[in-house]
Amino acid sequence: MWRRRLGHLRPVVCGVEELRGRRREKEAALRKARREQQLVSKRLLRDDAPDESGEGCVVAILGEAEVQQFLRLAQRGTEEKDRERALVSLRRGLQHPETQQNFIRLEGSMRTLVGLLTSNHALLQLEAARCLHELSHSEQSAVAEACLPATSYLLTYLSGHSSDFIELCLYTLGNLIVESEAVRSQLLPQGIVPAMAACIQSPHVAVLEALGYALSQLLQAKEAPEKIIPSSILGSTLPQHMLQLLQPGPKLNPGVAVEFAWCLHYITCSQVNNALLITHGALSTLGLLLLYLAGDIQRTEDAGLELLACPVLRCISNLLTEAVVETMGEQMQLRDERVMAALFVLLQFFLQKQPSLLPEGLWLLNNLTANSPSFCTSLLSLDLIEPLLQLLPVSNVVSVMVLTVLCNVAEKGPAYCQQLWRGPLLPSLLNMLAVSDTEVVGQSLELLHLLFLYQPEAVQAFLQQSGLKALERHQEVAQLQDRVHALWQTALHG
Amino acid sequence: MQLPAVLCARLAGGSAAAEPLPVERDPAAKAAPFRFAARLVRFPREHEFFEDGDVQRHLYLRDVLSQVAEAPERPRRAFPSGHLLDAHILEWHDSLFQILSERQDMYQCLVEGCTEKFKTSKARKDHLVKLHLYPTDFRFDKPQKGRGPAMLRGNENVAAEPLGDDREQSEGEAMEVCCEPTDPSPAPEGGRWTYSHRIPATICFGQGASRGFKSTKKKNKHH
Repeated sequence: MWRRRLGHLRPVVCGVEELRGRRREKEAALRKARREQQLVSKRLLRDDAPDESGEGCVVAILGEAEVQQFLRLAQRGTEEKDRERALVSLRRGLQHPETQQNFIRLEGSMRTLVGLLTSNHALLQLEAARCLHELSHSEQSAVAEACLPATSYLLTYLSGHSSDFIELCLYTLGNLIVESEAVRSQLLPQGIVPAMAACIQSPHVAVLEALGYALSQLLQAKEAPEKIIPSSILGSTLPQHMLQLLQPGPKLNPGVAVEFAWCLHYITCSQVNNALLITHGALSTLGLLLLYLAGDIQRTEDAGLELLACPVLRCISNLLTEAVVETMGEQMQLRDERVMAALFVLLQFFLQKQPSLLPEGLWLLNNLTANSPSFCTSLLSLDLIEPLLQLLPVSNVVSVMVLTVLCNVAEKGPAYCQQLWRGPLLPSLLNMLAVSDTEVVGQSLELLHLLFLYQPEAVQAFLQQSGLKALERHQEVAQLQDRVHALWQTALHG
Repeated sequence: MQLPAVLCARLAGGSAAAEPLPVERDPAAKAAPFRFAARLVRFPREHEFFEDGDVQRHLYLRDVLSQVAEAPERPRRAFPSGHLLDAHILEWHDSLFQILSERQDMYQCLVEGCTEKFKTSKARKDHLVKLHLYPTDFRFDKPQKGRGPAMLRGNENVAAEPLGDDREQSEGEAMEVCCEPTDPSPAPEGGRWTYSHRIPATICFGQGASRGFKSTKKKNKHH
């Protein structure tokens, strides 16, 4: 999928602005869907080679009679070629929603299609599966749910021998999975998780990517934390295999890794049993993957790496909050300075390519530094304070997070503040005091307090650079006034 | 954002932790009105913090169109699944199976991962339908009606008869109840021989099953 995406971009026929506009619309729709907890996405596999007539884009709607005709011919035709052509015609017609409606209205149509799916003719099986796939992709629930009689067969075929066929079945199942809880309530007892656990051992990249997609959709389901993850998923061998597929090295496939990284994210953020994942080596694997990603970014600047970086960052950040991490003592992976270096390479990449992901990177930075003198020291010794300060102007959310990380460092005492104090910290801080956002200012005040406490010369420098004036404008703000007043006193009287 | 030159070198270097500077906290640091405390932050699934990244993820999912491999020139038939193949061989072609099934539950559940076994195929069917929500006419569990399988012993290049016959699908027949497999008969009565002359497929029983759809199209999508 990954490379195919990059390799099959259609030539741009409409203007760039129009494309951007469409993308913004899509984004807005997705945001709304997410807020309503309805964020689902189906995937469509379609042979986009031009058809025989050379038409390409125009899809004729098939009426019920025509659908019936094609089905009959496919089922009972004497010539194999005729049967195949009939199914191909049906499949093309099913690209249109109206044909889909006509299909499901026709009595016995799904039964016939399932019969073709389970016939002993490879080409008929494939075309029947493609028809099912088109139906599964429909936004109309009635159409997608009409595919339910086929699911037991799709699952059976997952342990078959044709990787292309398996791939198709997986994407079809993935589409059905997101359809509704009712559908999932059928798929689970039918054994979808064990079938997937068997599938994950496939050597075929396309199969693995399709499996990762389908599994990610299953894990994203609303009821997953209670009904799917605890016993089915965590009780299977899926977690270990997932982590294997995320191991960096020559065998790592980006498209596959993206899907399974998202799977892992849905599991970890469900907070079911993250300790188990840690014993399987999740933190170790993800840490190495982070290093690998940073190295890759430096080498290739591949667009799309953020698709993998995002779930990796989320998983590590959430896993670091597990109590077991503390009781394990500070393991090497959790103190490896290279993780800090890698994270900053990622932050720089985000700043250039995807600024909306900066908060996610900074979240990890917070979780690395909060309770770790070692990582705070790395931040200082690797000269990363100045680059960090360069992120301050990006947005209020980013400002608050940067200031929080700086506070993480400063609160560890004089040795840290002394190092922190070098460089452009004060001017940046004064700039933050000029901002109107209360949370940004509040966090700046906390940092100032720590600096005044542990680094006495900070007070003088503050006064000299008109710090009091910067404070003054906030003395009436409810959430800030106590702290403003306290700092004022400290600055004037020590 | 300017990263220090030393960073690249550090990334390429060995694993090492920084020797931490001494930590020395003054209680006044947390004195009111100041309230900062360094703490780990965790976000649950639906938190709005994840909105941006989630939207990017879904844009990626939706924007991709891909090609399915073209139909192969010489189609090879694939048995539905390895699991079913094993079950089929065992139930239909193993005479030991007949003997053992008289004494113990030998019909294994067809669902991958389910370890249940049953005395009869009807009992298994009931289990499939009730527990696994399988269709009552699941095609890969149909007993053969007086029809023996193709020659199998010793000859690897013969297709197995599929348990479901596509010609029968239009009649919508219900599943036969309780038809224990008999020894494979050499000449099925009124049934069809199942030689593979129409289907050039080969199935290897046991190790190394052949691929079902060997595409002749050069794939540039895998790497």
